[in-house]
Amino acid sequence: MTDLYESQRAMRAMRRAAMQRGVIALLDVGTSKIACLILRFDSATGLPEGEGIGAMAGQSRFRVIGAATTRSRGVELGESCAIQETERAIRTAVQAAQKMANVRVDHVIACLSGGQPRSYGLAGTVLVDGDVVDEQDVARALASCDVPDYGLERDILHAQPVNFALDHRSGLTDPRGQIGQRLACDMHMLTVDTSVLQNLIYCLKRCDLELAGLASSAYMSGMSALVEDEQELGSACIDLGGGTTGLSIFIKKHMIYADSIRMGGEHITQDISKGLQVSTAVAERMKTFHGGVVATGMDDRELIEIGGETGDWEHDRRTVSRAELIGIMRPRVEEILEEVRERLDAAGFEHLPSQQIVLTGGGSQIPGLDRLAPKILGQGIRIGRPLRVQGLPQAVTGAAFASAVGLSLFASHPQDEWWDFEMPTDRNAHRSFKRAVRWFRDNW
Amino acid sequence: MRDPAPSRLAYRMNRLMLTPRFRTFLRYGLPVLIVASIGAFWASDTDRREDASDRIAELRRQIQERPEFMVRMMAVEDVTETVAVDIRSILAIDFPQSSFDLDLDAIRAAVETLDAVESAAVQIRGGGVLSIDVTERVPAIIWREAEGLSLLDRDGHRVSTVAMRSDRSDLPLIVGQGAHDAVPEALNLIALSAPIAPRLRGLLRVGERRWDLVLDRDQRIQLPESDPTTALKKVIALDGAQDLLARDIAAIDFRNPRRPVLRLTTGAIDAMTDIELTETRDTLR
Repeated sequence: MTDLYESQRAMRAMRRAAMQRGVIALLDVGTSKIACLILRFDSATGLPEGEGIGAMAGQSRFRVIGAATTRSRGVELGESCAIQETERAIRTAVQAAQKMANVRVDHVIACLSGGQPRSYGLAGTVLVDGDVVDEQDVARALASCDVPDYGLERDILHAQPVNFALDHRSGLTDPRGQIGQRLACDMHMLTVDTSVLQNLIYCLKRCDLELAGLASSAYMSGMSALVEDEQELGSACIDLGGGTTGLSIFIKKHMIYADSIRMGGEHITQDISKGLQVSTAVAERMKTFHGGVVATGMDDRELIEIGGETGDWEHDRRTVSRAELIGIMRPRVEEILEEVRERLDAAGFEHLPSQQIVLTGGGSQIPGLDRLAPKILGQGIRIGRPLRVQGLPQAVTGAAFASAVGLSLFASHPQDEWWDFEMPTDRNAHRSFKRAVRWFRDNW
Repeated sequence: MRDPAPSRLAYRMNRLMLTPRFRTFLRYGLPVLIVASIGAFWASDTDRREDASDRIAELRRQIQERPEFMVRMMAVEDVTETVAVDIRSILAIDFPQSSFDLDLDAIRAAVETLDAVESAAVQIRGGGVLSIDVTERVPAIIWREAEGLSLLDRDGHRVSTVAMRSDRSDLPLIVGQGAHDAVPEALNLIALSAPIAPRLRGLLRVGERRWDLVLDRDQRIQLPESDPTTALKKVIALDGAQDLLARDIAAIDFRNPRRPVLRLTTGAIDAMTDIELTETRDTLR
């Protein structure tokens, strides 16, 4: 636990250093594409301070000065399976973004979608030392959370206190300075596979980049695709990615659950490829140009040239109707959405006051998804696009860049994590002497 | 298909080129470094260095000896003939000469070493003329010493020598060792002694500290070391009131202004003695 603290605190320090230097890179390592944004932080916002103009969640403080996307290589299901290939892809993206920004970046915040994220809800209770809750009490409350046995080869990616309760008052965001006896806290912890994390860290290190933060891509999509009141009232963000489908549930502006389904757009492409006996590239092209999930009578008459280069005239001149293509795609999309439904049910999504579901990610652009999804996930569904941030090029405003844009919000306004709070006194070696003195004074 | 990914080296080079400090170095540091190293390599050979310095010297000489820069004659102005001859002989410049080779400050210093010259202004005028503008010293007093007679200006600086006193009988005479150091004081005293000017023969410096006014009939006015002007004014006033100097007096001793003493001549003392004897006899009788 302690070395996790150390590494996470080191990353936080790095992030602070990067913000002081003013430039930071954001890297979304996905299965189908790697996106790199470069942010510049300005101290002077240029916006007038006044009524109705708040901090805008820190958005006014940064500007995207570089953006680049490249086809991802060596990544499957959001996990790097060929490190050299992944490293090359990251280099391509970073170099292109640097070229656009015309600045060198040394610090990077990365997000990853794979690694089988698993959510845990933690709870801890302590008696307040004295009347007023102070930092030490909060620290002790956080430390008293009983950490479940999350397995050996797992690492904690996020550990965020989502709720504090003092005696019988719950829903406190900041209990410090309040008067009470029993301080309880709820914490949401997300773990991922250590090997996946380490592969990513290794790739970034090979690219001469300093890691300034790590995040789950499901969380990042939720940050950017959900609007503020959706985050406040309770909603789920479903990021239909290339290799994985990320799922995050928010309430009271805190993520309380995140998960990922190891199915995504590439599986749809593979289905098309297998079903129509075409190459993956052709299948991908057919999916993006002609794909859909709701067939109409018109679609039977719309014939799509498949094409091919085998030399066999018959094979190369095949056509397929759009209805057939939809017939291949729809079962897979349904399967993904049903899996999502299962996970949402398992997480207890139906108990939330508002049950808004936002679909985002590249897969959300499939035509007809807005009619298919309500049948499986229920009402209250919208297709979400990421927030507009300053300086973002038009090409990367699409739904596929939800997690990259979310990273920029994460970089400028990170959620307080466990390791951002004070360490409890009894875990600190140099403070134990003070405790000994106190014990001596109390007992003699 | 070509791999779009940059190689690790290319990626690092790209990042290096984006480093501001490195770019600054490339833009400014590297050219300077290259030029400096080429220069250093070139200069490392002695022959080449000497050859270059010779060529530069030759070029310099060619430019300096252009007719525009040559000085052909010297004009000494506002000066008596003897001083002009002196100046020409002391400078001894071979004309024509390049103006770059003339050190005007040195020429001025050389001219000002002459006794008769108080100050000099040296300039090169158009048309290749070295013009020396001289302010001469004006003799104000004659100083007689063992070697002979000197003319001094009003500051006591030697102007020239003179063979005989009668050559410059218009100037007052001072005598004595160290007299030239106190010429302004002497001139002041001479000015004060205007009422007795016809009788004044000269001033004598005594012990390099005070003055004696020497009048004809061997009369002397011995003045104190400090504030001699006041003492002389008193003497002149006494003379004006009581005709003191016309009497048979050898010296008026004002060395101690609080206690002036009259020294009588021998004849006067005899006459005094006679008078006293006569008076004594009359009383006794």
